[in-house]
Amino acid sequence: MDTRIFDMANIDIAWCPGCGNFPILKILKQALAELEIEPTSLVLVSGIGQAAKTPHYFKTNLFDGLHGRSLPAATAIKAANPALTVIAESGDGDMYGEGGNHFLHTIRRNPDITNIVHNNMVYGLTKGQASPTSQIGFKTPVQVGGVFLEPFNPLAVAIALDASFVARAFAGDTEQTKEIIKEAINHKGYALVDIFQPCVSFNKLNTYEWFKKHTYYLEDSHDRSNRNEAFKKATEKEQFPLGIFYISPDKRTFEENIGVYQENRQPLYERKPNIEKLHSLIKTFKIAD
Amino acid sequence: MDNNLSFQKKNDLSIVLCGQAGQGIQTVEHLLTRVFKLAGYNVFATKEYMSRIRGGTNSTQIRISSEPVRASVSRIDILIPLNQGAIQHVEERISPQTIILAEKEAISDDFDQTRHNFIDVPFTKTASEIGDRIYSNVVAAGTIGGLFGIELQTISKYVKDFFSARSDDVVQKNVAAAKGGFGLGAGLANSSKIKFDIRNDAHVKDQILLSGTEAVALGAIAGGCNFISAYPMSPSTGVLVFLAKQAKDFGIVAEQAEDEIAAMNMAIGAWYAGARAMVTTSGGGFALMIEGLSLAGMLETPVVIHLAQRPGPATGLPTRTEQADLELALYAGHGEFPRIILAPGNLEDGFRLAQKAFNLADKYQVPVFILTDQYFVDSYYNTDCLDLSDINIEKHIIRTGADYKRYKLTANGISPRGIPGFGEGLVVVDSDEHDEAGHITEDLDLRTRMVDKRLRKFELLKDEIIPPELVGSEDYKNLVVCWGSTYNIVKEAVKNLGRDDVAFLHFKQVYPLSNETVNYLQKAQKTIIVENNATSQFAKLIRLHTGIDIKSKILKYSGLSFYVEELTERLNGLLN
Repeated sequence: MDTRIFDMANIDIAWCPGCGNFPILKILKQALAELEIEPTSLVLVSGIGQAAKTPHYFKTNLFDGLHGRSLPAATAIKAANPALTVIAESGDGDMYGEGGNHFLHTIRRNPDITNIVHNNMVYGLTKGQASPTSQIGFKTPVQVGGVFLEPFNPLAVAIALDASFVARAFAGDTEQTKEIIKEAINHKGYALVDIFQPCVSFNKLNTYEWFKKHTYYLEDSHDRSNRNEAFKKATEKEQFPLGIFYISPDKRTFEENIGVYQENRQPLYERKPNIEKLHSLIKTFKIAD
Repeated sequence: MDNNLSFQKKNDLSIVLCGQAGQGIQTVEHLLTRVFKLAGYNVFATKEYMSRIRGGTNSTQIRISSEPVRASVSRIDILIPLNQGAIQHVEERISPQTIILAEKEAISDDFDQTRHNFIDVPFTKTASEIGDRIYSNVVAAGTIGGLFGIELQTISKYVKDFFSARSDDVVQKNVAAAKGGFGLGAGLANSSKIKFDIRNDAHVKDQILLSGTEAVALGAIAGGCNFISAYPMSPSTGVLVFLAKQAKDFGIVAEQAEDEIAAMNMAIGAWYAGARAMVTTSGGGFALMIEGLSLAGMLETPVVIHLAQRPGPATGLPTRTEQADLELALYAGHGEFPRIILAPGNLEDGFRLAQKAFNLADKYQVPVFILTDQYFVDSYYNTDCLDLSDINIEKHIIRTGADYKRYKLTANGISPRGIPGFGEGLVVVDSDEHDEAGHITEDLDLRTRMVDKRLRKFELLKDEIIPPELVGSEDYKNLVVCWGSTYNIVKEAVKNLGRDDVAFLHFKQVYPLSNETVNYLQKAQKTIIVENNATSQFAKLIRLHTGIDIKSKILKYSGLSFYVEELTERLNGLLN
């Protein structure tokens, strides 16, 4: 499929020149095109922030909701119509800060959605405050003496929760990132792809160069089914590993567990309540002998 | 003290059981309401309870009558105190006519038995003989059954049904407890100490016994609800529990969310993708949903909110009742967008309005509230079987064309609603101000047109306002105005007044307000508002929309609903 199917005509992109969001936008279009996913059967769900604007530069169905709340909406969209490919995409502040609680519980719920997090370790849209993933010592107009909060480790948290798919990518590497995203979308169950991405305006510390210097790819020998090993890798913080850390095999998805699709594959919008059955149910309140 | 006991009314009795949490008062309520209904009596039950799992003092009131009874009274005709402290808990409601069935150990020393109609009934002793004093509650249920001449077989059947999930031993012992109690009750009946004259009502047999919770939940199913996301919070949880239990049979996604924020955003996401979704919550939980409510306003996504009120602020009185979140529902959410607020007054309303809420939400693409309260959801009575013949699930989803625009500017403000995956079009929704296609915009002229479009729906939905219900003579001089759960209390109180110059006007839809409101109010020489809150929120709303200031107010905000007698007295005070 041609990636241009996802291109929007005449759009005014709100990102800074050189922003790490550009390559992610391009990579995601390529991945979806290679997977032959039609715009009409795809829903991009996002929150608020610069990364959360990504869906607007995409010709597809989109639900751009509230700050931090994309995961509950994405979960429900998938549950209402499992035939849709649902991707929740936003930044580190949105997913790990404002939406932190949903991040934890969506992993537990395990809907068959892909969760792409643009992780630039800073708040861009609000002009340069610390994000949950900002590195210790990172100075901002608010964290004037430097960040002293322990950086949030999304991968370690996800693996601790036995997330069904956990990966990290780097926006500077188109090929590998595309392959990771494709695997994440193909994976049945919740899939986290945390993407390192520079913010050229507000993060002068974690630049393209910095990310190149401080990352490496997991070896081919890395056992994706070994949770302890994956967790160990996720806690490395001098050099950050990239790749697919962990896949929890054979986890049932939310859509499988909710039961409404066991006997009937119809999406919810095609259904009507069974009035006959409702009549029988109401009759039980007669409390007959 | 008196061997010649008589009640205030012989054909309408109020039985109150009182004890600590964990003593099985709810079990007794469950059993007795069912067996009384089955025996053909009109029955009403409501409870008041503390926010705790064990201890404290809770009570349940069961009214049985020859005529339909649907409201809470303060009068206690028969009191069964199951622990020490129970009598003090309801002391103000005990009259010289109250018959207290208790064993001496449940009565504290400072209670003067000689001044009350006290009959020693060995509930605990009977239970202990069966094996454990824990069965006292079922002994008490059996006693009431025996006293009222219910067949033992009927009681046993319901005891068995109720405990069916438990071990055989538990079932046997509870049946034995019911039987033991039945003997005690039959003995009382034979002694002719207690005289009453409650007749069977032939209508009752074909009626159903329902609670407010069940009415709302059944209405939701009838409205095509196939998705509920909620975080447990008293007194709203029952609707989630009911729908979760029916989820498999009716194809409902019933999900307990991590918080109310998730619950609301799930409901909105579900509607976006074509489901018919609702949330159920109470004040504090709804407070967390408010940003989501505003999102529904902006996305023009339908959503149904069951808001079961309890007293606030903050945690307030978690298990009590109040009508103080009307203004919260009315003004919640930043920005300006239309909404509908429905407030059922009786069980039929609960069912009908919950059903209609889904159609209204879908048609106008607005949030629709079903505003109830603890008193409403926790009260039961027998009512006519719900009629499904005119149930209509109105779906307003369109198949999209390739050039589909979600927010097309239309004359009436409603943009046909497509959903992703149904048609050739793309469905783009955005919490930012957006253009017709749904994409983010800062075109300020377009912004104005979008606001106007959203608000045009508000004018449109006024065509479908459920009018207030006038009960009583149309030639009234005095008009009592009420809304929501007080319907049946006001009805009985106004009836008690015995005056043909008093009618009452009940609002089932409190927002937008019916245009007929002004005419009703202007016709009255005197108007009295009855509200279960401290600041007469509905009267303020009426004043805002009609300019009419209702000066006579009957308000209650103790955490309890009105008692019929109390309201009758307060109405009398204002009318004379």
